[in-house]
Formats: sequence, C-alpha cells, structure tokens
Amino acid sequence: MAGTWGRFNVAALVLGFAFLYLPIVLLVIYSFNESRLVTVWAGFSTRWYVSLLSNRGLMEAAWVTARIAFISATVATVLGTMAAVALTRYTRFRGRLLFSGMVFAPLVMPEVITGLSLLLLFVAIGLDRGFMTVTLAHITFSMCFVAVVVQSRLVSFDRSLEEAAMDLGATPMRAFFQVTLPIILPAVISGWMLAFTLSLDDLVIASFTSGPGATTLPMKIYSQVRLGVTPEINAVCTILIGVVTIGVIAASITNKRRELRRRREELLAFGS
Amino acid sequence: MASLGSIRRSFAPWADPSAKPYIRFENVSKRFGDFVAVDDLSLTIYEREFFALLGASGCGKTTLLRMLAGFEQPTSGRILLDGQDLLRVPPYRRPVNMMFQSYALFPHMTVEANIAFGLKQDGMPKAEIAGRVAQMLKLVKLEPFAKRKPHQLSGGQRQRVALARSIAKRPKVLLLDEPLGALDKKLREETQFELMDLQHDLGLTFLVVTHDQEEAMTMADRIAIMDKGRVLQVATPAEVYEAPASRFVADFVGSINMFEGRLVKENAGIAHIRDASGAEFWVGGSTRAAPGDTVWLAIRPEKMRVSRERPPEAENAFNGEIWDIAYLGDMTIYNVRLDDGRIVKASMINSMRRLEDALTWHDRAWISFSADAVVLLTE
Amino acid sequence: MRKLVPSLGRRLVIAVPYFWLLVFFLVPFFIVLKISLSQPMIAIPPYLPVFSWQDGIGGFIQKLGALSLDNYLWLAGDPLYVNAYLSSLWIAAVSTLLTLLVGYPIAYGMARAPLSIRPILLMMVILPFWTSFLIRVYAWIGILKPEGLLNQFLMLLGVIDQPLVIINTTTAVYIGIVYSYLPFMVLPLYATLEKMDYSLIEAAEDLGCTAFSAFWKITFPLSRPGIVAGCMLVFIPAVGEFVIPDLLGGSQTLMIGKTLWNEFFANRDWPVSSAVAIVLLLLLVLPIVYFQRAQARAQEKAG
Repeated sequence: MAGTWGRFNVAALVLGFAFLYLPIVLLVIYSFNESRLVTVWAGFSTRWYVSLLSNRGLMEAAWVTARIAFISATVATVLGTMAAVALTRYTRFRGRLLFSGMVFAPLVMPEVITGLSLLLLFVAIGLDRGFMTVTLAHITFSMCFVAVVVQSRLVSFDRSLEEAAMDLGATPMRAFFQVTLPIILPAVISGWMLAFTLSLDDLVIASFTSGPGATTLPMKIYSQVRLGVTPEINAVCTILIGVVTIGVIAASITNKRRELRRRREELLAFGS
Repeated sequence: MASLGSIRRSFAPWADPSAKPYIRFENVSKRFGDFVAVDDLSLTIYEREFFALLGASGCGKTTLLRMLAGFEQPTSGRILLDGQDLLRVPPYRRPVNMMFQSYALFPHMTVEANIAFGLKQDGMPKAEIAGRVAQMLKLVKLEPFAKRKPHQLSGGQRQRVALARSIAKRPKVLLLDEPLGALDKKLREETQFELMDLQHDLGLTFLVVTHDQEEAMTMADRIAIMDKGRVLQVATPAEVYEAPASRFVADFVGSINMFEGRLVKENAGIAHIRDASGAEFWVGGSTRAAPGDTVWLAIRPEKMRVSRERPPEAENAFNGEIWDIAYLGDMTIYNVRLDDGRIVKASMINSMRRLEDALTWHDRAWISFSADAVVLLTE
Repeated sequence: MRKLVPSLGRRLVIAVPYFWLLVFFLVPFFIVLKISLSQPMIAIPPYLPVFSWQDGIGGFIQKLGALSLDNYLWLAGDPLYVNAYLSSLWIAAVSTLLTLLVGYPIAYGMARAPLSIRPILLMMVILPFWTSFLIRVYAWIGILKPEGLLNQFLMLLGVIDQPLVIINTTTAVYIGIVYSYLPFMVLPLYATLEKMDYSLIEAAEDLGCTAFSAFWKITFPLSRPGIVAGCMLVFIPAVGEFVIPDLLGGSQTLMIGKTLWNEFFANRDWPVSSAVAIVLLLLLVLPIVYFQRAQARAQEKAG
C-alpha cells in the first residue's frame, strides 16, 4: 500500500493542509506584532494581550459567552443523547419520520433561517431577549449535533450488553446508567465539546436571539471586525483558537492513550 | 464420572406422567412482520433437566430462548415457568438468567464487578455479595483474575466469567445461547463436561441453544430438533439418533442412507418393501403404513457392512462397486456405487491393524444390513 | 398483536427531545410563515398580526381573507431579491464545485496514506472545524486585502506590480466558502474512499487500465455517495451563508443571507424578511429532504 502513496498524494496533502492552516498560523503570528498595522511586521510583542485584559467590554462578552456555552452544551448533551437513544433504540413510534427530520435538518439549515425563526418564536411567546433566549437557541441547534455524534456510537453498541444487564435484574433505566452510558461516555463527551464550541463560535443565531446585556464574544468580534482588522482582535482569536485546540488535542490524546493501553493489555491476556 | 452416568440414566421425569412440568411453552407463536420465527410451538421442560434446542440458524431456537428471557414477546400463546405466566413479567423480574452468545461482559467493569452486577440489582448486602462472588470465582477457577477487566482475559476465561455471572443469582433456569460457539474445538470438548458437572452439582435447569449436534448429544438429557419455527422431535440423544421421527431429523443428526420405496406387505413384524428400481428390502418393526404406501428406509452408515462375499445371515444385501474410500484411522468410510447408480455410505471400524485382502477402489463388493438396522419412516 | 405497554422511561426519552424540537424548531417555522403573510407596520413588534390566539375557529376562517401575499409579490417584483436568490444559488454551486476539486485530492491522499498516520491526518482535517468559523473567515481579510499578505508576497516575488483586488469581490467569497467548508467535503469523501477495497484498482490495472482510467472508471464512481454527501453539506448552508459574503464579499456581492440580515436588522421589515426566509427554505427543501433521506438510509445500513 505504501508504494501507491505516490508523489501526487503527498503533494495534495501538503498543499491542502497548507491551505487549511496557513491563514490561522498567520493570524496567530500577527497577534504578536508590535505594530498596530496588522500587515506590517514590526517585531515581537505581547502588548495586545495585555491591552485585552483592560478591555472590559470584551472580557464581559467572553464571560457571557462562556456561561452560555457551558449551560447550552450541558442541556444539549442531555437532550441530544436522549434523541440519539430514541432514534437508535425505538425504530417504530408515531411521528418518527418527523422526529428524525427535525434532528437532521438543523445540521444543514442556513443559520439566518434558524436565527430568524427562533427570534420570532421568542417574540410571539413574549420572552424577553437576552441570555436566556440565546441559550435556548443554542441548545436547540447543538442538541442535533450531539444527537448525530452519540447516535453514530450507539449504532455500533452491542445491544446484548443492555439485555444482559436487564437479564441480571437491572431495570431499563438502571441498565442505561450503569452499562450503556459508561460505555458510550467518550462519544457523549465529544458531543458536549462539539456543542460547547458551536455555541462559542456562533454569531448569526446569537445576533438574532440576543438582546441588551447579552452580547456574546463573536458578536463583539464581528462588530469590531467590520471596522477593520486590529491586532487586538487577532489576540482574542489566538486565545480562542488556543483554548479549543488544546482541548481537542488533549481529548484525543487521552482517547488514544486509553486505546493503546487497552490493546497492550489484550495482547498480554492472549499471550500468556 | 461413572456415578454421574448412572444418576443420569435414572433421571427421566418426562417418562413419569406424574412429574410436574417446570417450563411450558403453550402454542407459542412469534412473527416478525411476515416472517414466522416460531410457529404454534408447545414444549415441556422439567426441573433439573439439561435441555437442548438444536437446529440450523434461523430455525427459531434463539427466538424461543429470548422469549423465555423476556426480550421478545410472543405474538400468541403463553409461557409458564414453575406455574407462573411470564407474559406480563419484564426481563429484569424473571427468575431466569442467560449466558449470551457474545458473552456480553460489561467492558468497563472488572470480573468481580461483572459477577456481582446481578446480585447488586437485587439489593443483596455487601458482605453476602462478596461471599457469593468469591464462591463463583472459585467455581469457575478464576480467583487470580478477579480484578481484571474482560479485555484482559482470553476467550475461554471470558466464557467462564459469563457463566459465573449468569449463575451467581441462582436462577430457576439458566439459558445458554451457543455457549461454546466462540471456543476452539479442544476447549469446547473440555468445557462440555465442565458444564454438565456444574449443572449436576448446582441442580439447576439448563436450556441450551446450539446448532452443533455433537454438543447437544453430549450434554443434553433431551433434545428438541427445530426447523422453520416448529419442533420436529423431542427425545433423548439416543432416541433422536436411533429412532428419528422424520426424514428431516434422520438427515439432520449424523449421516444416513435413505431409500424410498413402497410397502408390499407386512407379516409377523417383518415388512417387505420394494423400491422403484425393483430392489427388495426386508425390515423389522411396525410401519403403521398400508400396503402401497410410500415409505422411507433410513440406515446409519455404521450399521452397514461392506464385504467381498454376500454374508449369508444378512436380510438385505446389494452388489456394487467401491467408489471412494476415506480412511479416518479409527474407521474407514466406503462409498459404494450400487448397480443402479445410487451411492451408499458405509463405515467400518478398523478393529484389526491390517486386513488381509483389504477392499480397494473399483473392487466389486456386497453391501449388507440386517432387518433391525433400518428405521422406517412414513413422513 | 400483543404488546407490552411502553415504559415511562421509553416514553420520556422520546417525548422530551421531540417536544423540544417541536417547540423550538418546527413551531418557529409556522410563525415565520404566518408573519410573512402579515402587513408591516411601525410598532413593536413591527408587524400587524393576522391571527391571534383569541380568534377561535370562526375568527380564524374570517381572517384567512386578510392574509396577504403582498410580501411575496414584493419579492417577485423587485429584481434585487430575485437576483440575490439567483446569485446565492450560483455562488453556492460554484463554490461547491471548487470545494470538491480541492477536497477530493486531499481525501484521496488521506485514504491512501499509511494506516499509522491516517488518524493524525483525520484529526488535522477536523481541527479547523472546531475553531471558530468567524475567526477563520476573519483571518482571510488580512491576507486578501490590497495591502494584505498575499499581495505583499506576490509583489515580493515579482509576479505582479499592482496589488490584486480580491477582497470585496465574488472571488473572495469563493475562497472563503471553499476554505470554511472544506472539512465538510473532505470527511464524507474520506469515509467512502477509505472503505474502498484497493484490490479493485489493482484488478482494473491488471486488466489493462492505466492508473488514470482506473481512477476514473472505478474509484470515482464508487466514491459517489461521499461526493453527494459532501456536496450537500457544502451547498445547502452556503446558499444561506451570511458571514462570508458580509466580511469578504463587500457591498457588491449579493447573497440572500445577507439580504435577509439587512432587511431584518437595517430595515426592521419583519414580514419581508420572513418572506425571504420562507422562499429560501422552499429553494432548499428539496436538497434538505434528499440529504435527510440519504442520512437515514446510511444510518439504516449501519444499524
């Protein structure tokens, strides 16, 4: 197989990844630029990171965003996991087609439509726009992503494990919490992480559903970006990228380690 | 083992009309859409019996097992266990436990925790659980592995954990779904005897599903042969082999030679049968058929004899040519081509080290069998 | 047919997310539909509702007559909207094709990479997907603007003397969409290409195909499910894209997501923006249903 991995493939990957990563790398580099002019390199400096700390508006927005992301990811994980269980376990119930449609549609729905429709709902039921409405909106679209992630794990889950638990006297509820959930936990956690970053990133839906006092970080960044590129924004972006990257890489390394240890132990069991 | 054998021989509650049935399937059917998995099936199993459901895959045996465990609901009919109708009882309240084909060991729990799982669900006190788990580990000889997780065990060890887990609660019935299917041949043979000893020592009722006839014959007190959702015969291994109830059973268990013919007449316990080519057969036993009816003669290969000369005492003998010889060490299998073109299989024990004038390919030979060797089948 | 009464747990597991999605996903669409049929007015909220909950059935029927298609007629009559729809579809289609052209070689290269490094490559494709969409689009502003890094670089090489005008053009939007949606194209393509049995190619070559014709006659047709999934995942959201045309496309790029945004935030015309959304949804309903059915089918296969 190695022989077929020719020059063409290597070139495609190198160019492809350069395209994917170069813009981000440049952005990170220029966040350490001394000059206010973002495109002229004037030496290394961390002054923009320092000035961030004194930017109260940004810090406040960051705090709001983090809280919304945490709450919405947590609720979305619970709801999304339930939806995934419903879709994989119960193949026949009334309205299942509509249900699976509502789970998959938000994945591709243009954000402007989701945002507008949710706003109109909040207005119709007289809910004041703010922290609460953004959180509700984020729960709604990220629970669908969680559902898809968890569902793909559940599909390969050996159902006889649940049956064994019930056979041994566990009620369906206990079987789920003591057997199924611990086993699919990695998928549930990555669903949570996905929901968290989706909420962290969202501009469009938040802009529609947010109100006074609930400006999120992407909304703040967007309003400043419209005025032009500034090193301060570069610095915020770099921090965000850093946080997400470290989180994702740490999670995948932990997974990988667990996998490796498991494989080693399996070899030992069969070798001896 | 000797004592066990003698106890087994005397154990026959099915022959005792006053014996109380333990598990009863009454006219049970199960349909999945258009597919009929179990078709109006009735079956009685007695306490302490080692009962095997034997059949090819898709015959409904696993569905039957899963209905008893509570994972499937019968479409119609009812299932009774020790006099209790199980219909409304969910799987987690049924006094039966199952050993799954895949073992279904909980991968995130240690061997100990797996075995303790069912006991914990019942709210047994901690000290008692520990005692029971230790006892189970000892029983399956896995004490040194208590703290290991399933993926750190070999296939045979996993099988024993699954067994320990399913008997830890002392279920009224233990259900075993292809319990030895994942083991290699040698381990499988050892484990068969272990299972039998265990069942006897614990005094449990075992219901095992298998597609392996050797496994069923070795372990079970009685076997139910299943096909297309129906039970074709329920009998002891010896009866199933020596007196199959139908052509399907005869063909399914072991290998057999089958001839089709018409009953000419029956006289003093000897039936006279003639087949389409004009060959004549003399068969012992009652046929329950009228002259002119179509009947089938089933003869096991080991009950046929191959020889150069026609044995004078044989009631049935046909001339043919040695077509194929398979030497297996303990025995030799001959495929003999009769003069009308049919191939008949006969096996001969190699009781002597070297046979003078042994038969070889293309030799002319007689194939013969006694009137008592034949099973007459009418369906 | 006898059946156990479904347990409480089972009913809850279905009902809670179902109810949530009904309230927060399906009902809002009907509200959008309703408002798209009402008259605009200067008030809070800025529209005259056609129905109200107090009407009852009789009032409802009576008011059906008051429904106005004015907003839709307005959309159809104004070339601005018609052009915005057409140009959105065009831009999305072109970008989808470009994303396929860029993404296919990457996915192919990954699928043929040594088994040991495949997880790392996969990780590298997924990682940008985790980082903020807004930030990734923003990063391109600094690169594409006249005094930006790309022009500096090209002028340094002497390829050009005058800075290229890329930002605030459709080209910049293409680049932005290809860049942002690349992982959505690569992942499904990789999934199908990786599963493909390589001995098929060897068999084709053994039977006399050149490497290229083997690719064209075997690999490409077999990767069609991945191509379809990838294109859907790029095309559908790209049609309604707002951030990319807004930040990179400038005022000349006409896209419907941006029009909707402006109609809503700048003109505060809720009925018209609702009508815009409904028409956009109608345009996307076929591809969305197609995508959803393909998903369901794949899911059934896997289960």
